[in-house]
Amino acid sequence: MSGVRVLVGTRKGAFIMTSDGKRSKWDITGPHFGGWEIYHLKGSPAEPNRLYASQSSSWFGQVIQRSKDGGKSWEAVGNKFAYDGPTGTHLWYDGTPHPWEFARVWHLEPSLTDPDTVYAGVEDAALFRSTDAGQSWEELSGLRTHSSASGWQPGAGGMCLHTILLDPSHPDRIFIAISAAGAFKSDDAGKTWRPINRGLRSEQIPNPTAEVGHCVHRIAMHRSRPGVLYMQKHWDVMRSDDAGESWREVSGNLPTDFGFPIDVHAHEPETIYVVPIKSDSEHYLPDGKLRVYRSRTGGNEWEALTNGLPQQHCYVNVLRDAMAVDSLDPCGVYFGTTGGQVYASANGGDSWAPIVRDLPSVVSVEVQTLS
Amino acid sequence: MIRVQLPAHLRTLARVDGEVKVEVAGPATQKSVLDALETAYPMLRGTIRDQVTHERRAFLRFFACEEDISFESPDAPLPEAVAEGTEVLMIVGAMAGGQAADKGPSASLASSTARST
Repeated sequence: MSGVRVLVGTRKGAFIMTSDGKRSKWDITGPHFGGWEIYHLKGSPAEPNRLYASQSSSWFGQVIQRSKDGGKSWEAVGNKFAYDGPTGTHLWYDGTPHPWEFARVWHLEPSLTDPDTVYAGVEDAALFRSTDAGQSWEELSGLRTHSSASGWQPGAGGMCLHTILLDPSHPDRIFIAISAAGAFKSDDAGKTWRPINRGLRSEQIPNPTAEVGHCVHRIAMHRSRPGVLYMQKHWDVMRSDDAGESWREVSGNLPTDFGFPIDVHAHEPETIYVVPIKSDSEHYLPDGKLRVYRSRTGGNEWEALTNGLPQQHCYVNVLRDAMAVDSLDPCGVYFGTTGGQVYASANGGDSWAPIVRDLPSVVSVEVQTLS
Repeated sequence: MIRVQLPAHLRTLARVDGEVKVEVAGPATQKSVLDALETAYPMLRGTIRDQVTHERRAFLRFFACEEDISFESPDAPLPEAVAEGTEVLMIVGAMAGGQAADKGPSASLASSTARST
């Protein structure tokens, strides 16, 4: 019987939650790596029991963990993330040049076809790749050495490369996003890159329509239609129908278009989900209500999903990597909050129930559909 | 045989209980002990000192014989009692309380003097 495995990263460890296809009863293990920040963990689409986790600490730095048995056991693998060649500078918050410094791995993206190949998006922004199951890491330095890089500036959480999308129909095409440089695209497996931010408008930067400098929070795609991208920007929900070459706003009737995560229904490429947050200075839900918003029209027309979610006195946030969908039918949707709740919907968002309520602050949520 | 006491999180990472003992060829220095430690426990690479620069991580300190030797040269001999194994080389994490708004403990380090917690 099919089932799901939800991988949750928190400020104080990782948790793994499994259920059968009904997704109503859950077995929970963890904390794994207790006391460490787990920014992200994700499984290989090619070999589901192969998991990778980013474990970090301000005291002890970066550790990468790998599991070959679905998270029952783990082993620390390579953690040397050395920038390739001279690092140069980017801009600091005050606008002065600041040397590139590795801080942590924000996102791990296993290859769609090879369980030994995995990409890592890091702070300060750069993309690394391992082809030996995490034992060693090589920077794809064409991104960090892009001609615009000396002008990149960090967002409030650091200058992080947080989104990596691998195009299933174009094996050499990779999309990434950086706060606060924007979105970039490679068509040669990461050797060269170009910004893809045409149509974005950010009033917080000197030139609101600049080629780079936009605080992109998250990008999502549907596997069946990788030329269509959805973006939650700092403010604004955006859509591209030409693989990122141009963007248009689809915020429509959202109560606020500030937010972090965005994801796409597994079987309906025009159905997307966001969690509006009150503002960039408040970082909590509007009106004390936890509402996921769903659009069945690829944006612009949104409906609030509230069944099973708290509708008063709720002031949590949902971070950019903390939403995921499974591929069962009906599609399951999952998200975690900074208040430590992980919610699941087994019916595309129509109703929700907590898997668990009292974890440490949730940083990331991924889900694997198991056969 | 050099005795080394690791912080709790690094003992968990290295899958050891209590003190770690390492053999050092030649003079016992911070560098030679850390080299031996990382050879015996590769998962500790990068967690005590930077893998490229070999600089001690900012929130860690080295204590020996009731002295803070963190700022000694990595190539300076360790105290004789550590080299002989009668005293422990302590690697300790800075004590911290609270957390900065978004990431990390750096805003509220309690003291510039590291203490075992």
